[in-house]
Amino acid sequence: MILNSKKIDVKTIMQERITSGNGGIADMQTENIKKRSNSFDTVASSRKNNMGAEKAFNAVLLIMGIIVILILAGILVSLFVESLPAIKYNGFGFLINNVWDPVTDRYGAVPFLLGTLLTSFLALVISIPFSLAVSIVLAEYLKEGWIPAILKSATDLLAGVPSVIYGFWGLFLITPIVRKIEMSLNLPPYGVSILAASIILAIMIIPYSASIAREVIPLVPVDIKEASYSLGATKYETIKTIILKYSMSGILAGIVLSLGRAIGETMAVTMLIGNSNILPKNFLSLIFNPGNTMASVIANEFTEATGNIYLSSLVEIGLLLFIVSFILNVIGKYIIRKFVIE
Amino acid sequence: MNNFDTDKHFKFRKLKNKVFKYFLYFLSSLSIIPLILIIVHIFKNGISAININFFTSLPKPVGESGGGILNAIVGTSMLVMIASVMAIPVGISTGVYLNEHRKNRLSYYIQLSAEVLQSIPSIVIGIVAWIWIVLPMGHFSALSGGIALGIMMLPTIIKSTEETLKLIPHSLKEASLALGVPYYKTILKVLLPASLSGIITGILIGIARIAGETAPLLFTAFGNPFLNFSINKPVASLPLLIFNYATSPYDDWHKIAWGASLVLITFIFTLNIFTRLFTKKYKVKF
Amino acid sequence: MDNIVLQVKNLNVYYGSKKVVSNLNIEIFRNYITAVMGPSGCGKTTFIRTLNRMHEFTPNAKAEGSIILNGQVLDKMDPILVRRRIGMVFQKPNPFPTMNIHDNVIAGYILNGIRMKKSDLNAIVEDCLTKAGLWEEVKDDLYKKGTFLSGGQQQRLCIARALAMQPDILLLDEPTSALDPIATAHIEELIVELKKDVTILLVTHNIAQAGRVSDYVTFMYLGELIEYGTAEQMFTAPENEKTNKFLTGAIG
Repeated sequence: MILNSKKIDVKTIMQERITSGNGGIADMQTENIKKRSNSFDTVASSRKNNMGAEKAFNAVLLIMGIIVILILAGILVSLFVESLPAIKYNGFGFLINNVWDPVTDRYGAVPFLLGTLLTSFLALVISIPFSLAVSIVLAEYLKEGWIPAILKSATDLLAGVPSVIYGFWGLFLITPIVRKIEMSLNLPPYGVSILAASIILAIMIIPYSASIAREVIPLVPVDIKEASYSLGATKYETIKTIILKYSMSGILAGIVLSLGRAIGETMAVTMLIGNSNILPKNFLSLIFNPGNTMASVIANEFTEATGNIYLSSLVEIGLLLFIVSFILNVIGKYIIRKFVIE
Repeated sequence: MNNFDTDKHFKFRKLKNKVFKYFLYFLSSLSIIPLILIIVHIFKNGISAININFFTSLPKPVGESGGGILNAIVGTSMLVMIASVMAIPVGISTGVYLNEHRKNRLSYYIQLSAEVLQSIPSIVIGIVAWIWIVLPMGHFSALSGGIALGIMMLPTIIKSTEETLKLIPHSLKEASLALGVPYYKTILKVLLPASLSGIITGILIGIARIAGETAPLLFTAFGNPFLNFSINKPVASLPLLIFNYATSPYDDWHKIAWGASLVLITFIFTLNIFTRLFTKKYKVKF
Repeated sequence: MDNIVLQVKNLNVYYGSKKVVSNLNIEIFRNYITAVMGPSGCGKTTFIRTLNRMHEFTPNAKAEGSIILNGQVLDKMDPILVRRRIGMVFQKPNPFPTMNIHDNVIAGYILNGIRMKKSDLNAIVEDCLTKAGLWEEVKDDLYKKGTFLSGGQQQRLCIARALAMQPDILLLDEPTSALDPIATAHIEELIVELKKDVTILLVTHNIAQAGRVSDYVTFMYLGELIEYGTAEQMFTAPENEKTNKFLTGAIG
């Protein structure tokens, strides 16, 4: 349909040129010889106009493209300039000190680095079996019919749920569950904790990592799958030994990209993590106690931050977050590109 | 018969195969349970908050029941509008540029920038909009929030424009050029209209992506309990309102937050489903 | 009856509502090479894929009829066991890119989770690679990935992989169509060598190839088995007009 209408479009453009008389070939056929010289003048002048418009048009495209580069450059420069006071003040200790105390102007990012690492890692561990299952089912088991359609739509919709709604829902459903677990383990029943944040984060990244695996697994060539079946392998054996091994690097890329997404996730984590900057002593309370991630500390403290160094230190965390997610993205995309070319 | 093909071994393999299959089915169905729970939960808690009043009035102070989210609806509309006004022209032009100059060095950098922009955590974009607009102006504003959302929307539009244009048969462009239609008119009158549905899909996806964003608005649009139409002043938004009310200790406010969640999620899901139908129809055509 | 290894009775194969193999009856003789010939689209590949149930991976494909291997009816048997006894080599060489050469040969054992002594497995690898005429070429590179091998070597590796499962019948689906003439000649020699170990069903559209290697020839046309006989008879005095036309290059 579109193609047809486009053909018509081309025709109407032609028509326009015939009637308006500024075309090349068309008017030569329709206009009589007496008018010819006249017509050539029109063509020549319209060419000139076109040249000008063409230049302007190309210039606009170029400028818009450059704007995109400038926005990114601007983001980088602004983040760096604004965090410069903190970088100077905190020095390298920013990355190794575990005390974050704005009152005494001590800014160590370790609690947030650790919180980010823990939540993202736990979320990945929880989500991988689910996202892998969804993508294997869609790629190898259920290819047609309404069940896979529902599964696909549901994961797509899950991806569309706003972070703040995940957080809100988590407050009412996940924190009570975590509180119960904490009580059964004789731990202080915070509810809001690293664990609660990790669970909500896991639910949030399932659709994302599943969508990457879903693209990667069908890339396994049919002929090697057939080779496996022709040797008498079951579907399970084929998936385990051939398909997963073959698509391993692609799946790995999916995991890295999901990690990149998980570390930057803000709202749901902020609502469920409990906003504490104190590092607990033992591992169990590390998971069950409230904490903070890089993103959540910015969300929690940015508007309340008084004092230049405090604010600048928060921007520095933002810069760090930017760099880490950038690196994870580059790695993930690099692996995927290599996998697709193979 | 091979000696290793014992019946027991074979049965064990068949069993493993079956167990594996049902295990996968089990995990898959588990992974959509949160979606069902979220929808049910929001619906159950939100539906009672919703009436005409909910859409037409402002929030009431703590203690008074009732009240609506008009300020947030207006605010979100404003923010999406500001973001679109900025992101759509730049995004479409850039997409066209990338499609026209595929092997160009500058294109490579533009593409790279768009990809990096896409990967920046939203909270960081909030910081940047704060640095760019709030800091020099000295106060929070709808403009700063709109700019933050615009930056987030940009990569989606660039990518969808570029990818739809790529799908258009080269012959269409050649047909136009062969008729003597100038290059820029070919793009404006032939290529862009032909890819309109794809570009609109990209815009809708972009809107769906930013409409639910909270993090970049925390210290830009900031929120506002009153109705505001000025881009120079702080403005409310649905996700911000949900965040503030959800984390408050008041039941009345929770109820409003549930209602707002229902409105927001209905809006986003409708956009998602709509774009999906749009793309399906669109894909058949080429 | 003793020399008949495989019997096919009233085989019909459908893709959806389209019939691609119709009412096919054939008996395959032990330790001979039977070539299945016919123009492309005649159903020959579908026919042999039905024999080891590989057709089940084609959506909407359905087969009716009876297949009897060594007197045992396979119709109700699990496809996994059928495939174990009827091996297959495909058009394009498809060694597993994730495995080294050694593991590729015993891939069937790895996949099926069969535990054996290392020395026994090594013996199988050497034996099968020798049978496939590849041992001398790769014996020093057994633990390298098979991807550096030439196309012909890869195809012989695939043959070794199928042989390792000790099948009763080996199905070869145009095994040389992706190879150059020299590699093709190698494979053809190999096929002739192999018939003392295993019965071979060779799908080919290459008339000359069928003439060079086969003992029996079947000719299929539009899903039907037109003629079946010894190679000599088929190439010198085919009874059917269509067979004659195909073998002289008039159709195909």
